[in-house]
Amino acid sequence: MRTPAHDPEPLAEAPPEEVRRAQAERLMKAWKPLKGWRYWSSVNNSVVGLWYTATSFAFFLFAGVLALLMRVQLAVPGNDFLTSGFYSQVFTLHGSVMMFLFAVPIFEALSILLMPQMLGARDLPFPRLSAYGFWSFIIGGVFVCGSIFFGAAPRGGWFMYPPLTTSYQTDIGADIWLLGLSFIEIASIAAAVELIVGILKTRPPGMRINLIPLYAWYILVVAVMILFAFPPLIAGDILFELERMLDWPFFNPERGGDPILWQHLFWIFGHPEVYIVFLPSVALVAMIVPTFAHRPMVGYSWIVLAAVGTGFISFGLWVHHMYTTGLPGISLGLFSAASEAVAIPTGIQIFCFIATLLAGRVTRSVPILFAFGGLGSFVLGGLTGVMVALVPFDLQAHDSHFVVAHLHYVLIGGAVFPTLAGVYYFFPLVSGKKLSDKLGRLSFWLLLIGFHVTFLPMHLTGLKGMPRRVFTYPADMGIDGLNLASTIGAFTLAAGFAVFVWAVIQPKKKQPYTERNPWKAGTLEWLQEMPGKPWGIRSIPEIDSRYPLWDQPNLERDVDEGRFYLPDAEEEQRETLITSTIDAKPLQCLRVPGPTYLALLAAVFTGGVFIFATFHWWWPAAVSGVLAAGTIITWLWTGTAIIPEKEEKDVGLGLTLPLYASGPNSVGWWAMFITMLGDMTAYVSLVFGYFFYWTIHEDFPPDPSPGPGIFWPVAAAVLLLTSWGLTMLARRWNKRDRASAFYAGMTAAAILSLAGGGATLAGPWFSGLDPTSHVYPAIVWILVIWTALHAAIGLIMQVYCIARRLAGRMTAQYDIDIANVTLFWHFMAITIAVTVAVIAGFPLVA
Amino acid sequence: MELSEKKGSLLFLIAAPIIWAAHFLLSYITAAIWCEKAAGLTGSLLPVRLAIAGYTVVALAGIGYIGWKGYRMHRFRDGDRLHDQDTPASRYRFLGFATLLLSGLSAVATVYETLVVLFIERCY
Repeated sequence: MRTPAHDPEPLAEAPPEEVRRAQAERLMKAWKPLKGWRYWSSVNNSVVGLWYTATSFAFFLFAGVLALLMRVQLAVPGNDFLTSGFYSQVFTLHGSVMMFLFAVPIFEALSILLMPQMLGARDLPFPRLSAYGFWSFIIGGVFVCGSIFFGAAPRGGWFMYPPLTTSYQTDIGADIWLLGLSFIEIASIAAAVELIVGILKTRPPGMRINLIPLYAWYILVVAVMILFAFPPLIAGDILFELERMLDWPFFNPERGGDPILWQHLFWIFGHPEVYIVFLPSVALVAMIVPTFAHRPMVGYSWIVLAAVGTGFISFGLWVHHMYTTGLPGISLGLFSAASEAVAIPTGIQIFCFIATLLAGRVTRSVPILFAFGGLGSFVLGGLTGVMVALVPFDLQAHDSHFVVAHLHYVLIGGAVFPTLAGVYYFFPLVSGKKLSDKLGRLSFWLLLIGFHVTFLPMHLTGLKGMPRRVFTYPADMGIDGLNLASTIGAFTLAAGFAVFVWAVIQPKKKQPYTERNPWKAGTLEWLQEMPGKPWGIRSIPEIDSRYPLWDQPNLERDVDEGRFYLPDAEEEQRETLITSTIDAKPLQCLRVPGPTYLALLAAVFTGGVFIFATFHWWWPAAVSGVLAAGTIITWLWTGTAIIPEKEEKDVGLGLTLPLYASGPNSVGWWAMFITMLGDMTAYVSLVFGYFFYWTIHEDFPPDPSPGPGIFWPVAAAVLLLTSWGLTMLARRWNKRDRASAFYAGMTAAAILSLAGGGATLAGPWFSGLDPTSHVYPAIVWILVIWTALHAAIGLIMQVYCIARRLAGRMTAQYDIDIANVTLFWHFMAITIAVTVAVIAGFPLVA
Repeated sequence: MELSEKKGSLLFLIAAPIIWAAHFLLSYITAAIWCEKAAGLTGSLLPVRLAIAGYTVVALAGIGYIGWKGYRMHRFRDGDRLHDQDTPASRYRFLGFATLLLSGLSAVATVYETLVVLFIERCY
């Protein structure tokens, strides 16, 4: 192992005992765990991550019970255990809960829990955002799940296809799905922002991009995928809800709409989603395999290739869920080709794992059992995946139980088993104790056998013609025995989960704490003391290797004795290091915020908006919205961009770092940038809708154009682009401390934003476009409303900056707020320019 | 020789798959618009096939260039050829090698897409 000559070494001698004790006391004061009611105001990753994980598993078990209900119903032909209507609710909720409330959140939960440990950070950069995401998740999740106890659950299948869900299921179920899950999608994007910035900016010094744990590579890829995959679904949800609530005919062919648009938007989300679920689980395997093979991973770069390559290609597969919709054969061919190509990177990583095991000396263990039992099953699902990726085969298998078998092989083999492996492997980090090996093996074999007995027969029932989502079948199809076998398998599977749950929750009071690094792993998270301390890592080490615990002598001692960075919390504040993206050079000492109820309150009020809107209770929804906005502004005002008491601080080893950074050097700027990328993706999805209608209609946009005309859109563009320019100038004036110029510029900008937002809406308003009459006015209105809403947010931000400077919370030197607001306005400028080009310009050239 | 951080960009790492994505989207959009707006159910696909062939030449040239640059980065020598050392050179080689691998994958995926138009002659 070579390191650069100027790499800092830990202190040659440990600080005296009493100094270390005083340091530990101050760290404890900063990171003290909360007791009693105040516990629920915790925001640090170790607590929120744990809540998140436990809640995801609770939803998982709930959806598992729903699966058992279905298997009881399908055990024998002509069964009447469940009615057809209730069966529809059960399968819809089973799929939706598994995907939205377990598969995606569990990876966010585990990442929030583990990532700081892996990166030797004290916390992720935005702990309150994590807490907000968690509370949103649990509120939305309970709302969606609870609906089934009132017989009001959604029943259109987890992909909610219109016109079934618009014209034939007019009850509240679909609204619960759309609004409840949109709310959770926002939480997922929040987690993605947190994780991307965390991985890029909070690594320990020296952990260059070629040394980061493979788990971090995978999570980075997945978080970026979320940013591009979830927003199209949110855009789709908006269109869908407007159709259901206000009769805007986006998916209604009688008035120019098209249900296929929903399928596009859903699957642009839905297919990457499969990999968003799969990759983090493989990431767990990538941490487990080297530990038990006692050697570094073979083909680190190849795994990076696999993660990044899968991340990209998985976006080119969405139409393979739509082979039977009548799209041109050439389109199907293109998507089929990409669907075959994605098997290449997916396979590569599995070969790397096998090679690592072959090259090392493998210790048998429960995590390895789960990991490879799962991946073996996953490969079978991958092979049927290659089959259904072929158009002619898919035309036969579509909507049959063959697909049910395929997707469960992929998801249970590729995601559930590795996640269970991860729980077994990482459990000591959470509780300081190992789980029982005996129960682990018992649960593994029950799960593996139960899983194959359940799902292997479904390939055959599917090929014999059993459709999915139908609540019963006649006795003469030759599928009775196969179905009964599946049901027996399902209960075996359930027994396996019961054993697993018992292994986790059985009282462990008498069991002693395990030794440190019980698996003899090489990665940083296993530095943790048993049980862990609330501050995480005692001092933040300089990293020289991919497996520092194997390669860096005395690392544990040096970290524990505070010989590295940030061994102290002199001001008793929560702090962590910010480093550069590529080479992890220390840049800043970041103060991370502590406990607050604001995140919880903000989630409750945001939830109120979605939940009240479901029942069309507009006034409570509006009040909730105002309260949510107020809470979030209070949170920003009191808890962000805080001016530190001094400019710099000594972080140890002779290094002094600034306490405040703005612009691209600040984590907040990155968070804004990433959030806006997601926002832009949702917007592009709406624009895609406009052009989608153009391709399918002869007369779109209609000629002569019924609106919105040229004048108002162009006026809106001029006003908002001027506001953007003034915002940039105001930033410069603020930096030069020209206070009056700043106030004048920003006030003018705010006025222009208000006028520009109004002018945007004026176009369709004055030309009398009626959004319920045809899809053309509807899509114009939605683009305009989106733009005006963003102008309104931009306006609030401009006023916020004025207020911050007036209050002395923003100065020429400390200007995070206006740097971030300017960044928002860059995206705003793109939005208004594109909107006007589309709604006013395109009718002229089409 | 110290290789500054600016010599290692995550954007360059993903440049090849971005070209694949652009090629894929352009091919899809071209075919969709041609089939909906011009050719109809039974019309010829020839112009689309030629267009996609053109996109492929450009895409493969771009991917090839990036792959070559990646290869050159990967061959950078400072005494060893390892990717897992705590040195800027090692990080530089790693990014080069990963870029090269991603270029390979992107090239294969682009060729897969192009194979489709070898065989399909009509929209439907």
